[in-house]
Parts: sequence; C-alpha cells; structure tokens
Amino acid sequence: MAAVAEGMEFSYFPGCSLATSAKENNRSLLKVCQKLGFNLVELEDWNCCGSSSTHSINSELAFHFACRNLSLAPAGRPLLVACPSCMLRLRQAQLHLQEDSEARRVYERMWGRPVDSNLTIIHFFELLDSGFGAASNPDFKTALKGLRFAPYYGCMLTRPPAMRHEKRYHGLMEKILGSFGAEPLVWGHPSRCCGTFLSVAKPAVVTPMVNQIIQGAVDVKADCIITACAMCHLNLEIRCSLRTQLPIFHFSEILSIALGMGIKKSWLKRHLVDPLPLLKAKGFLETPVVG
Amino acid sequence: MESTDTIRIEASSGPAYRDVISKVVERSGTDIRRCFHCQSCGGGCPVCQAMTYRPNGVIRLLQLGCVQETLQSSDIWFCIGCNTCSMACPQAIDIAAFMDVMRQMALEEGVPPAEPDILSFHREVVGSIHKYGRTYKLEIMMRYKLRQFDMFSDLDLGLKMLAKRKLDLLPSKISDQRVIKRIFEACGVDNHGGGR
Repeated sequence: MAAVAEGMEFSYFPGCSLATSAKENNRSLLKVCQKLGFNLVELEDWNCCGSSSTHSINSELAFHFACRNLSLAPAGRPLLVACPSCMLRLRQAQLHLQEDSEARRVYERMWGRPVDSNLTIIHFFELLDSGFGAASNPDFKTALKGLRFAPYYGCMLTRPPAMRHEKRYHGLMEKILGSFGAEPLVWGHPSRCCGTFLSVAKPAVVTPMVNQIIQGAVDVKADCIITACAMCHLNLEIRCSLRTQLPIFHFSEILSIALGMGIKKSWLKRHLVDPLPLLKAKGFLETPVVG
Repeated sequence: MESTDTIRIEASSGPAYRDVISKVVERSGTDIRRCFHCQSCGGGCPVCQAMTYRPNGVIRLLQLGCVQETLQSSDIWFCIGCNTCSMACPQAIDIAAFMDVMRQMALEEGVPPAEPDILSFHREVVGSIHKYGRTYKLEIMMRYKLRQFDMFSDLDLGLKMLAKRKLDLLPSKISDQRVIKRIFEACGVDNHGGGR
C-alpha cells in the first residue's frame, strides 16, 4: 500500500462492538480520523466477522462471514478495521484466500466476483503509526501532561504463527500518547488477555483475570488504563471486583483530548467506572467538553 | 511401575490412531506432532488455571492416542483463542487453530461437551448472526441466561449496562438478510451452527 496520507479515503469496518456496546469508541475514532484528515466510508451493509464463537464451532461458516465483508470492499480503497479481533478474522480469511486456490474458487462461486488481491486491510493503529503528523505539533506537546497511564493491548499483540511477519503494534500507545506529555507506565499485564467471551459463560474464571490486570495497574500507581480493544474495555469495566477500580479509556477517547477536541459527555456517560473525577483532577475538562 | 500412558501408546499405535492425527494436522493446518512439551504455551495461558491438562497436555493426550479423552476435556472449551501460547511456542504450532479443530471434532463425533455453558454461548452468538447478520448482545445475553435457567446472576450488571446504554434495545442488523441464510445453507448447518 502507498504511504498513508492526509485526505486518503478508507472503507471502514467498525464491527459489532463499536456499532453497539462501544459507540463511544466508534464516535471518538471517527472524530480523530476526521481531525487527522482521513475520510472513512463505512463498508456498506457489513456483517459480523464471525467473532470468537463462529470459528470455535465451524471454520467454514467463519470463513464465509469474513469473506462476505471482503467481497463488499470497493477496489482502490484500503479497508480500515477498528477492532483487533475483527482485524484478525478478516486478515486470516484473506491469507487463506491468498494461499489456497480452492478457497478462491469457493469465494468466487459464493460472491460472484474474483478475489481482490490488491485489497489492503489495516488496523486503526497502523493508520496512526504511519500518518501521525499532529504529535509533532508543539501546541499539543503538553495536552496530556500529568496523566499516568497503563497501556493495555490485550491479545492484540499476539498472532497465530502464519501471521508472524505482520506489523506489530508494541509500544504504539506509549509512543503516541507520550508525545502529548502523558506518562506511559511499565507494568506486568499490557498483553494479558481480558478473558473475552468467557466473561458471559464463566464470570468466575474471568473475574480473577481482570482483577489481576487492574491490580497490576494500581500497583504502578496508574491513573487509568487505556485499551486498544472495545471487548477488553468492556471486560475490564464489568468484571473487576476490587475495591479500587480504575477508569478505563478507549485509546481513541484519549486521542480526542490529546488533539484538543476534548471528550464528549455522551461518551463519558457510557462508562461504567466514572472517569469524570480523574478528568477533572487532571484539568482535562478545561478543553471543551461538548454535549 | 507401568504407566497408563505406555498402555495407551500400545493400544493406539495402529492405523486408526495415525488417521486421527493426520486428520487433525490437515484440518488445523498445524503440525502438533512437532510439540516436544517444553510447556511454554502454558506459561502465558490466561485460562490455564481453569484447565485440567493445559495446552501442551491436550496435545500430549492426542499424541498418545487418547482421542476420546481429548474430545471430552474441558480444556478444549476453555481455550479462548488469544494466541498467547502460539507466540511462545518455539515450534510455531498454531495451538488456537488446533483447539478449534478439537471442538469441532467433538461436536461432529457427538461427544457431549465438557463445558456446555460455553458451547451454549457460542450457539447463541451464531444464532444472532443468523438472525441479524450481526451480534445483538442484549438478546444473546437474555437467551443464554434463559437456556441456563439463570435469570438472576448478573441481573444487576445487565441493568447497569442497560442504564449506561451498553446494551442496545434494538439490534444493529444488515439489510441483505438472505445472504446470511445462504451462507448457513452453503455450510449445511442449522440456525445455531449445528449439524442438521
């Protein structure tokens, strides 16, 4: 793919979490992209990537769910994905198509068009890594000053062996938010899995996992945890049973503050652990909080 | 003392055993025969404490020919596919893909799932995709709880999530519903991803 540049157009795949339970993640992400000059066009009539459940019980079904989305992507536009888990599903399907001629035939039969071999699928993080010009803007160098955060990537940093050569995002939150004056903390659980769907079926297994993560952030005196994935965000908020709970932010929400756009009340209202006291104490509400 | 493992190897070194291993390798696209049990996978596994054998133990079971024991184990259902194990594996075994195949084989062979709650959740998610083309969390939760005859655990959490609008009252759905039904038909599965 050509280097990411301002004004570039992307097909956008929000995924089920951002479309529903994590609307605040979606809205802040769209706002940040707009500010950075990227034009996002939502993939028309996209469907669920299959989530963790489909491939758990039927690989063929999971493959078709991912492929339908790929077949909807118009040529010439990279496909931008917001959720790390959807990203993995779509990329894995794409890899399978690249490697297996029978899979390509099935795809063509199913979707009535050839596989677009030029389609680039990129995650929101990749967009920032290659196209983040604002961080060098001196006006924003202190925008997040005084914020001690624990960067939390969950399983976003892990990959199946077939994808070991793909781009990794280690240290990206630290690098970007650090350039705005925030203080990234070194801690023990940046890539500890949040428990994903077991949160529903086995809360007793997930609660200790989540507690361990949050306690880890408390131990390094973090003000908050910043997540890369909407599923992680939800699990950290709903499954913590510790007395001390930390506010959990989506990366895109913090970026919105960093870029001088403030944080919307309607986003904050959707948090189960109230982030307002922290934002007030740090003076981040002086930037406009828009209703 | 003669260990039970030795007996099993003898009992299961015939062609049937080799067939199963080859089938698993072919379906998962990863060669579990490469595993030399360094146990790196278990070191980072977030759900290890809920498992009986741990990831390499499940592979060992199958290597030893204990097919039924593998398919009957809780471990294959507890694996959440986070890929932490694969990152640690010096033999680059795609353990998550292997676990997918184990679950699918258990279902195909009619082995009762050791963790019916987890399977029930997966069925509800797939059912939701069948119905809407996307996942509708509120209905998944309600139907899952009904299936479990458990409407009270997490009730307070559910209400809190509703109040915070984390659970939408109406589903987000796709407009081309027929295309999703076509996918299910092509795979020959019912509304919840089960065999017809």
